[in-house]
Amino acid sequence: MVSRKLLYGLSAIALMSATSAHAIDVKLGVLTDMSGLYADLTGQGSVWATRKAIEDFGAEEKGWNVEVVFADHQNRPDVGSTVVRQWFDTDDVDAVVDVPTSSVALAVNELTADRNKVFLVSGAATADLTGSACTPNTVHWTYDTWALANGTGRAIVETGGESWFFLTADYAFGHALERDTSAVVEEFGGQVLGTVRHPFPGTDFSSFILQAQGSGAQIIGLANAGGDTVNAVNTAAEFGIVQAGQNLAALLMFITDVHAIGLENAQGLIFTEAWYWDQNDVNREFAAEFAEANRGNKPTMIHAGVYSSVLHYLKAIEEVGSAEDGAAVVAAMKEIPTDDKLFGEGMIREDGRKIHDMYLFEVKAPDESTGDWDYYHQRAVIPADGAFRPLEDGGCEFVASAN
Amino acid sequence: MTMQNRTLIAFLAFMVIAIVAPFFLYPVYLMKILCFALFACAFNLLLGYGGLLSFGHAMFFGGASYFTGHIAKVWGWSPELAILAGTACAAVLGLVAGFIAIRRVGIYFAMVTLALAQMFFFFSLQAPFTGGEDGIQGIPRGHLFGIINMRNDMALYFFVLAIFTFGFLFIYRVIHSPFGQVLKAIRENEPRAISLGYKTDNYKLITFVISATFAGLAGATKAIVFQIASLTDVMWQMSGEVVLMTLVGGMGTIFGPIVGSVVIVTMQNYLAGFGEWVLIIQGVVFVIVVLAFRKGIVGELIAWYDRRERRKQAGEEVEIVHAPATAKAEHL
Repeated sequence: MVSRKLLYGLSAIALMSATSAHAIDVKLGVLTDMSGLYADLTGQGSVWATRKAIEDFGAEEKGWNVEVVFADHQNRPDVGSTVVRQWFDTDDVDAVVDVPTSSVALAVNELTADRNKVFLVSGAATADLTGSACTPNTVHWTYDTWALANGTGRAIVETGGESWFFLTADYAFGHALERDTSAVVEEFGGQVLGTVRHPFPGTDFSSFILQAQGSGAQIIGLANAGGDTVNAVNTAAEFGIVQAGQNLAALLMFITDVHAIGLENAQGLIFTEAWYWDQNDVNREFAAEFAEANRGNKPTMIHAGVYSSVLHYLKAIEEVGSAEDGAAVVAAMKEIPTDDKLFGEGMIREDGRKIHDMYLFEVKAPDESTGDWDYYHQRAVIPADGAFRPLEDGGCEFVASAN
Repeated sequence: MTMQNRTLIAFLAFMVIAIVAPFFLYPVYLMKILCFALFACAFNLLLGYGGLLSFGHAMFFGGASYFTGHIAKVWGWSPELAILAGTACAAVLGLVAGFIAIRRVGIYFAMVTLALAQMFFFFSLQAPFTGGEDGIQGIPRGHLFGIINMRNDMALYFFVLAIFTFGFLFIYRVIHSPFGQVLKAIRENEPRAISLGYKTDNYKLITFVISATFAGLAGATKAIVFQIASLTDVMWQMSGEVVLMTLVGGMGTIFGPIVGSVVIVTMQNYLAGFGEWVLIIQGVVFVIVVLAFRKGIVGELIAWYDRRERRKQAGEEVEIVHAPATAKAEHL
């Protein structure tokens, strides 16, 4: 097993550097979906991104002992919380990284605060992590449901998509995304005609797509992700939804999903992301290295978020001097401005929300694409100060009590 | 050594191991074993002694964990009361499900229980208080009797051990009571038990309810230990898992379910790195057990021990009569 090898290697390094006065021990646990519908957009790629960040931070040169362990949570909150409990209790893990699937993330969120460790969220979407469920031990890095709704929902309503019908994954993430998008749609004068909730993970979307078709809404909002979105878009294509005059709005979409659907069916979809591999040379270089280690796939924004959150976490530990006190490390993360090659300059707000620009992308038509993984047009930049939910609207308790 | 002595020694050995274990092993892992061992013991009462294969025991296990979770979290009851209330709910569920299911036997009985359990699964998915896919998270462990802080894993472990021991001894008592004897008679030959004047339906229903109640006790305890009640606990795979544990350990033996749950939970824990492959490994183990040790681990051990005893006795007899060596070989 790779992790075992790494562990041995790192313990050897630890022994060698045990004499150095500033040796700092850090153990990171990457909890993610290794085998299910989110495995492509997180999975092993997140483990790679974590290791890459440790390497780029120069942990070895600094004489630090940084270990990485990882586990598959199978998208089940009970499995995830059991793993993390064991990590904290017996394996001395200091920080949990990534955790796609909001229901699992919420369970981990609670445990992390209870044990005073650190939770670096990149994969999970629910905005509750910095709202009603916020803790002083969590940093929510890449994106959230509010940002997606604000980006995509608003763009579509403003270009005339006024009546909506939601197809929602029936768990914490889907509910949050539907809630946040409905709010945006109604705020900008649109109207929500109805909603149907599908099991998570879903397999057969035909009956749900038929209901959406029957609703007569202009826009069918897909409040799901990963394999579910892929299935829903493909099913909609089979039913000729777009030809019949309705439009799909993929509220959360990753480059791996577009790759799976293919440009033929995905063209024209508009959605919000935090990062795209083909934006500049630094990103392209990162993507090339990622592809080499990950069967030729390009990194998603979640992989980029894992990289940059781990890097910033290590910087904060350097400032504090130890990884022991989770809340203190997170406080330092909020104090130091963020700056890394993938997300540029930014900051982490009091409630744990990382603030940076978001982008509105549109999927290219097949004849516009010039090469493998050349899939997006950038339609707009959503500037950092308007991209995320305002601090006072989140209802984060410890922020409110501090003011 | 008589049967009773053997059981007593095994039980004492188990208690010593159970008391010492948390000082060496991770307590939460041990508590998981105890919860599943109690679940399997309850199931074994029904299958091993009543001869009734229920394929819906996840309904009681998971149902109790949802009720306990809701009661402890939303109503704020202390853990022991929440567990009791959850167990009571499982007993009521058991009464309703049992009343319907015991009217049929064999495959039809199994299918009726499975159907009821799937209905309960759907209820758990849709009812507002269960949280759907998210489950009930962050169930407080609270304070036992209002004083002992259960957030301490050690304190909680001994509480769980006490619950398990109570459940185990209760089930042992049931099996070895006149009631248990009648139950075994029904298992062996129901028409004959009826002709002897026993109302077999009543016996079966009572056994079903007892089994459901202790399955519920196990599920309720698990909710407090893991602080989460989720769909995993009510899914049909959970019903299958308890069948697996009972068969691997030894159906119809007192200690079989405990050994089975140790094996299965340990596999799940230490092979977790393989993700969903654990299911396949479990399947392979199941096939091996069914093909090679049909009586299960404990069942085979008992059979081996009995064969040895018999051989010893036979050997002694042979020596007394000074029989030729060839006669000895026949007894092997």
